[in-house]
Amino acid sequence: MNPVPLAIRLEGCARTFADGTRALEPLDLDIRAGETLVLLGPSGCGKTTTLRLIAGLERPDAGGRVLFDGEDVTARGIEARHVGMVFQSYALFPNMTVAENIGYGLRIRKLPIREQRARVGEMLAMMRLEALADRAVDQLSGGQRQRVALARALAVRPRALLLDEPLTALDAQLRDTLRMEINLLLRGLGITAIYVTHDQAEAMALGDRIVVMAHGRVAQVGTPRDIYHRPASAFVADFIGTMNRVRGSETADGFACAGGRLRLPPTGRGAAAVMFRPEDVRIAADDETADLAGTVTASFYLGDRTRLFVDIGDECPLTVESSARCTFRPGQAIRLNVQPDGLLVL
Amino acid sequence: MFLLPAAIFFIAFFILPMGRLFIVGGSGSRGWSAYAAILTDAVYFNALLATLGVAAATTVTTLLVSGVAGVFLQRHPFPGNRLLVSLLTLPLAFPGVVIGFMVIMLAGRQGLIGTLTQALGGDRLVFAYSLAGLFMGYVYFSIPRTLLTIMAAAEKLDPRLEEAARSLGASTWRVVRDVILPGLKPALISSGAICFATAVGAFGTAFTLATRIDVLPMVIYTEFTLSANIAMAAALSFVLGAVTWLVLALARSAAGSTVAAAG
Ligand SMILES: Nc1ncnc2c1ncn2[C@@H]1O[C@H](COP(=O)(O)OP(=O)(O)OP(=O)(O)O)[C@@H](O)[C@H]1O
Ligand SMILES: [Mg+2]
Repeated sequence: MNPVPLAIRLEGCARTFADGTRALEPLDLDIRAGETLVLLGPSGCGKTTTLRLIAGLERPDAGGRVLFDGEDVTARGIEARHVGMVFQSYALFPNMTVAENIGYGLRIRKLPIREQRARVGEMLAMMRLEALADRAVDQLSGGQRQRVALARALAVRPRALLLDEPLTALDAQLRDTLRMEINLLLRGLGITAIYVTHDQAEAMALGDRIVVMAHGRVAQVGTPRDIYHRPASAFVADFIGTMNRVRGSETADGFACAGGRLRLPPTGRGAAAVMFRPEDVRIAADDETADLAGTVTASFYLGDRTRLFVDIGDECPLTVESSARCTFRPGQAIRLNVQPDGLLVL
Repeated sequence: MFLLPAAIFFIAFFILPMGRLFIVGGSGSRGWSAYAAILTDAVYFNALLATLGVAAATTVTTLLVSGVAGVFLQRHPFPGNRLLVSLLTLPLAFPGVVIGFMVIMLAGRQGLIGTLTQALGGDRLVFAYSLAGLFMGYVYFSIPRTLLTIMAAAEKLDPRLEEAARSLGASTWRVVRDVILPGLKPALISSGAICFATAVGAFGTAFTLATRIDVLPMVIYTEFTLSANIAMAAALSFVLGAVTWLVLALARSAAGSTVAAAG
């Protein structure tokens, strides 16, 4: 029923705007058929520009090429690329009802009326919008609008679906629900999807692979697991989740630093800094064998856990998490163990 | 309570004069049949048709020209764009008489167009003193206002809507039809209505071009000053006012319903 998923390839795609802004350095990117690829990065890093290059709403600077299944589509406008777009602002046609919005692409394609009806009905059912078919779009909630936008983009059975921060305008709870729905939808359809977000939790939950971008360049491409546990640079490590950084020097039996010694397996290159995530730290019961000693400087109760800041004498305090039941006072002495396999040297 | 000032204004400047005008219209030698004469007497009826015709043609032309130009100027910030806009909107400040003279300069007996057509070996083309001249003057007069309204509306169009339509396969023409025109509709209707009403009633331009033009404001003037037929002038004025009001009211309700539908 759905068309064969599309493989997309960007070759040396840079983008310089008329005012001289270099939004994108020459970029190479392979998007596999049927995968969900998330473009993640801070504001202004070029995510939207990359998406618009793929869509055909922007042209790359001379030399850049966009390939769909190996075919060069660089010169083709969006009308002829047959990709679905979902915008952050939904961009629903205000002069049409929900059903008319969803059927717009089918009318453009001049499908037989009967088939148009059937497809619109199918999309309405898939998005649970049947009851709203004849509503004006300004009488919908944000979540409903987003579902209409998805339905409209999918009704024409595009070769790929491009989504630019589709959930950013919604409140947190709705965002979680819709994120789950979109995840199921994309996997069910098996469609190639490119999803832009600056929310790392969204990226982790949705992406088969994540492209972390910074300043118009790709900082790292990998599975969510790769990106989280094996960040390729300090930027990626800091941008995704919380990362502790401890300075010191590598010794024969580990890594000596303020507050103690970490059980770092030999790296062979004389590490001067080590990083680890809060969840790789355990609060030690036995004072004698603990890796680090320090003082609690602040404690935040988060409901399901407690977040502590611990001063071990280094420049920045460590972030540590413990089960919610333990209570800590600022000033209290604390001892910590860090899992050796959670230690990262960059 | 808060509507009281508006109500007083409405009664003082609309209901009272219109009522009085209506009664005066029926008080002449013809009595109430003065109103019927507007439809039966060829002179009056033709003047009414000419007036509405010129106004309609002016409205359509103005909307077309300033619609296309307005969207283009808003979209393409080329060097000189601002200067062009301010030149185009200059006639906004001109009185009708000045516009009339400008039309004469262009299409009058000594006009530019006449000289040009003669130089090209044809007859000297003179149309300033006809309905065509009046039409030209009105269009020239109406474009600035309409252009500004449409540029303001075009600025508020969401470019994402056009991109969404294109992503669904819409051609440029479909984007214009399905996205841009609906988006501009309220602005087109409201500026079109004002353009129509102005063209129906404008006197200065018609008066300057005078001689061969029989539009209602001119006929009213002639009846009133030359024939001293006050009743007929009043009847014509009343009908002119009523037609203008009707067009504005229709436009308003049409714009209102589209605004409601477009949310
Ligand atoms: N039309 C434009 N003209 C000039 N500069 C632009 C244009 N569009 C984007 N830019 C610039 O290009 C850079 C990348 O923009 P882009 O929209 O791709 O960022 P983004 O990663 O999507 O950011 P955000 O998360 O804020 O949406 C930014 O510095 C932006 O200011
Ligand atoms: Mg963006």
